[in-house]
Amino acid sequence: MKRTIVEKIWDLHCVADLGDATHLLYIDRIFLHERTGSIALKGLENEQRRVRNPEHVFCTMDHIVDTFPGRTDATTMPGGSEFITTTRAASLAAGINLFDLGDDRQGIVHVVSPEQGIALPGITLVCPDSHTCTLGGLGALAWGIGSTDGEHALATKTLVVKKPALMRVSFDGSLAFGVTAKDMILHLIGQYTAAGGVGFAVEFCGEAIRELSIEARMTLCNMAVEFGAWTGIVAPDEKTFEYVRGRPYAPRTDLWDQAILHWQSLCSDPDAHFDKEIQIDCSDIVPQITWGTSPQHEVGIDGIVPDPKNEPDAHIRQSIERALDYMALEPGTPLEGIPIDAAFIGSCTNSRLSDLRTAAEILKDHRIAPGVKAICVPGSSQVKKAAEAEGLDKIFTAAGFEWRESGCSMCFFAGGESFGNQERVVTSTNRNFENRQGPRTRSHLASPATVAASAIHGCLTDVRKLGNQ
Amino acid sequence: METFQKLSAIAAPLLRINIDTDAIIPSREMKRVSKTGLSEGLFAGWRYLEPGSRKPNPEFILNQNPYQDAKILLSGANFGCGSSREHAVWALEEWGIRCIIAPSFGAIFFSNCVRNGILPVVLDHSIVESLASQVTSNPEKNLITVDLSQCSVTTPDGTAHSFSIRPADREMLLQGLDSIAITLKRDADILAFQTQDHHSRPWLYL
Ligand code: SF4
Repeated sequence: MKRTIVEKIWDLHCVADLGDATHLLYIDRIFLHERTGSIALKGLENEQRRVRNPEHVFCTMDHIVDTFPGRTDATTMPGGSEFITTTRAASLAAGINLFDLGDDRQGIVHVVSPEQGIALPGITLVCPDSHTCTLGGLGALAWGIGSTDGEHALATKTLVVKKPALMRVSFDGSLAFGVTAKDMILHLIGQYTAAGGVGFAVEFCGEAIRELSIEARMTLCNMAVEFGAWTGIVAPDEKTFEYVRGRPYAPRTDLWDQAILHWQSLCSDPDAHFDKEIQIDCSDIVPQITWGTSPQHEVGIDGIVPDPKNEPDAHIRQSIERALDYMALEPGTPLEGIPIDAAFIGSCTNSRLSDLRTAAEILKDHRIAPGVKAICVPGSSQVKKAAEAEGLDKIFTAAGFEWRESGCSMCFFAGGESFGNQERVVTSTNRNFENRQGPRTRSHLASPATVAASAIHGCLTDVRKLGNQ
Repeated sequence: METFQKLSAIAAPLLRINIDTDAIIPSREMKRVSKTGLSEGLFAGWRYLEPGSRKPNPEFILNQNPYQDAKILLSGANFGCGSSREHAVWALEEWGIRCIIAPSFGAIFFSNCVRNGILPVVLDHSIVESLASQVTSNPEKNLITVDLSQCSVTTPDGTAHSFSIRPADREMLLQGLDSIAITLKRDADILAFQTQDHHSRPWLYL
């Protein structure tokens, strides 16, 4: 039978068929972080249940920890220390691998897991965090779960999962200058809505995908959940194998060839059946920017704020009106040129070394506009170290950016640090929900290139024009 | 976990689309490592007048009489999208919501509901709208009845709409089962799988 990559990985992990397309799936790796992992570990403890294979479970501190230089267990988030200390104690008691504060493997969970070779092609990986789908970029079947399912995975090394429907999204042609993986995924969500992928596992393929670096594929898959998908995946190829080689938890040298042989079989058979297919012509994609409070509220940077009056569906019209009210934008306003108060480069979407390089290239020999608060938060301690070795930190700070310790930072507002009331932020993160980056903060999602260019000009900026100067 | 069989209750219409889990419970309201004490933070950004304050916003439906006693929530498509935080479900449950009816749900949120005794019901957009309009004319009298054993939602005028839910989820809700205990009964299967898998994918065994 012809099978897709998702079906191949699925079949290989099936412990039992529970009927009704539901299976007990074997879970290869579990990753936790201090915000939701702490609850899962404590829940198990309360039930006096053991972690079945603690050597396959990893935990990092990223969500609650501060990202100021010289940070400690104390947090700007009120009560945040409890999350850190509870997680530390519970991790020790359970005997799992912990990348604690001060450990040079610490960082944002979805940046750390590929970096350390914990996420691998063809494995199943879960984490009580919705952006676990990021690891699809390596060809892993990885998805976000709740804390209760987290407890289930920890205690049994399995999960009860219903087989998703299968969608293939082909990106044909190649990307124009200034257009990145972030723009591809925002474009997809804009065209097909934030619920367009509900119920699906999405395989991304096509010429443009093969051209993407592994880090860019992770950016793309990161936002599969913003498309409503259960997860996203890109079939592994030579680039993937090269990326994985030599990482701390990657297959040992004596088992490497065997692993490669298996990984090479991980692709959808020609003529495999997909329940839905979408084709996107990359020449239609320009740098994207969101104007509203859902990732589907987006247009090209050369576009205008939409007019709700043109929307026939009452619910969608109301959601546009609400969003415009929250974002304080008038219909018909060109996106390019909207003044900003802040710029943020970070998060599991866009904080890897290649993202920082792209931004630094634009920032080099420039200063950010007066009055703009700009922050760069490397995705992991390793990324930070590598960036500093290349002198990227100097470029960021010379341009006027703050250079931080790694973590989720102001990707989301946990009650501590925020961008502030009604401040307008251009951000390389993945969610522009109301209050996501602070009470009443207005977030515009974009690529790191667009964020850097906008920081320099003090307003939303078309990065392509910078190239032509 | 509380079981779910049949419920006749006040239903509150909150027909926005893409209501995300950040809106259901903002991060700042998840103050402790705990599954309880979260209902106060439910919809905090909409329910209170100022961010961080506790002054009720009279415009918000769950602050209005008699919707304070609602046990059913009617909502727009993609309810519970976004963050995986199970706190969203714990907050809804603690506040008193037992059933959510919407055209579609965020996938992780849906599973989280089932794991915590909240019934997520998928019904067409047009049906959810008609339920909402019947309810609002007299919310206290026009109760909605949800019967999980029959897989039906009955409106005040007696019209029944059937919905589908996968059998495993239905069983879990009807019986309030502990999913870990059920899976651990298959311990031998898991062990056998692991032994064979160790042989075929040795590089994964650290
Ligand atoms: S960086 Fe943001 S989106 Fe990513 S895991 Fe952290 S909080 Fe979630």
